[in-house]
Amino acid sequence: MLERIHNAQQLMNEVCKTLGRQINVMEVCGTHTVSIFRNGIRSILPGKLKLLSGPGCPVCVTDQGYIDVVLQLADRDDILIATYGDMIRVPGKGGSLETKLPSANVKVVLSSEDALQLAKDNPEKKVVFVAVGFETTAPATAVVVKEAAAGSLENFCILSGHKLVVPAMRALVSEKNHNIDGFLCPGHVSAITGYRSYAEIVEGFGRPCVVAGFEPLQIIDGLAEICRQLAAGKAELKSVYTAVVTEQGNTTAQKIIAECFEPADGYWRGLGNIEKSTLKLKDKYSQFDALERFDITETPSEDTSGCRCGEVLCGLIEPPECGLFGKSCTSELPIGPCMVSSEGACAAWFKYGPEKKRER
Amino acid sequence: MCLAIPARIVELEGDKAVVDAMGNRWKARTTLLPEAKLGDMVLIHAGFAISLVDEEEAKETWQLLAQIANFEDTQNKISG
Repeated sequence: MLERIHNAQQLMNEVCKTLGRQINVMEVCGTHTVSIFRNGIRSILPGKLKLLSGPGCPVCVTDQGYIDVVLQLADRDDILIATYGDMIRVPGKGGSLETKLPSANVKVVLSSEDALQLAKDNPEKKVVFVAVGFETTAPATAVVVKEAAAGSLENFCILSGHKLVVPAMRALVSEKNHNIDGFLCPGHVSAITGYRSYAEIVEGFGRPCVVAGFEPLQIIDGLAEICRQLAAGKAELKSVYTAVVTEQGNTTAQKIIAECFEPADGYWRGLGNIEKSTLKLKDKYSQFDALERFDITETPSEDTSGCRCGEVLCGLIEPPECGLFGKSCTSELPIGPCMVSSEGACAAWFKYGPEKKRER
Repeated sequence: MCLAIPARIVELEGDKAVVDAMGNRWKARTTLLPEAKLGDMVLIHAGFAISLVDEEEAKETWQLLAQIANFEDTQNKISG
């Protein structure tokens, strides 16, 4: 194992020396971010290889406007909110679900099926499932929407906050001033989408896309592979997470997403509106869409003043460069979404940083 | 939140399974992985099996999960 790390390190050092400039690699997965910090991976990288923590945490990129709709619904006596625990602390303009928790109408669920069961068990209530997550999570929502439709379960609906990873990556590399040389792609999103899903980033934008698992060696292998491609002046699709991720991905899950949802434009916290980057229920399932059922419009919100999570998510700044970081925004009292989520870049920096700045 | 947990299918009826990870058992569905069989090691995300996975990979992920659980506990303790 040590030899493998040493070889990867040597390769990365040589590439940085040869290219003679800073190399920026963005990890697009919150679990990668945590693993990188937890395992001190940054400390073994060459000074010129910089890791940027991208929009890889679905909690962090959920727009305040979405949270505000959830809070609005949670105030109604006839509604039960079913949510994954991850969303509980995320602040909208009017507070977070945590503030509503003592009330009986917010329930934390571990799966979409639990949310469906809640609707079956409470026929007098309308159950709204807070459906967030990337491609990994979306198929689980699609399954229960289909089942609710098949069983004519009229007191169940979802508020779709599902998002797609590749359109966000495309938006980032479409920006003129972006500084991303390559992407370390998420393991379990790719288990669903397959690594072919990054073809447009590799072919259209000439950026290496390498899928890695979450163990430190996987991440180091993935980074070394990106460096190897950059040194060769190439951009390729690759998975070093071969135990799980295939080129095609999980086609059953892809089909069920496509059956229930269609891509729609939508807001990402800090990144703004991104074309065809969210999943909206198709017309035939519109009766299960909470926005349609309760005739609500989601209004995108401005970020809290001073909060620079948007720039953090784009890889433009590191968390300590934000004036709020570690001062008014901490793990105890988080302001921005990247501090709220344990998979957010700010939370990882706050827990494991400040890093010693090495000579660059 | 996109992390999936490796677990072994110890009961399976139709697409309804019971899975086991290091002695912890819970219900999961194989709707998204129709090829999954009794005894298979699978990745579970939000109550659904999404992929087959080999034993070695599963063990490595369990180790990592223990670390992340530790990280999140610390976060909760800080906030609590």
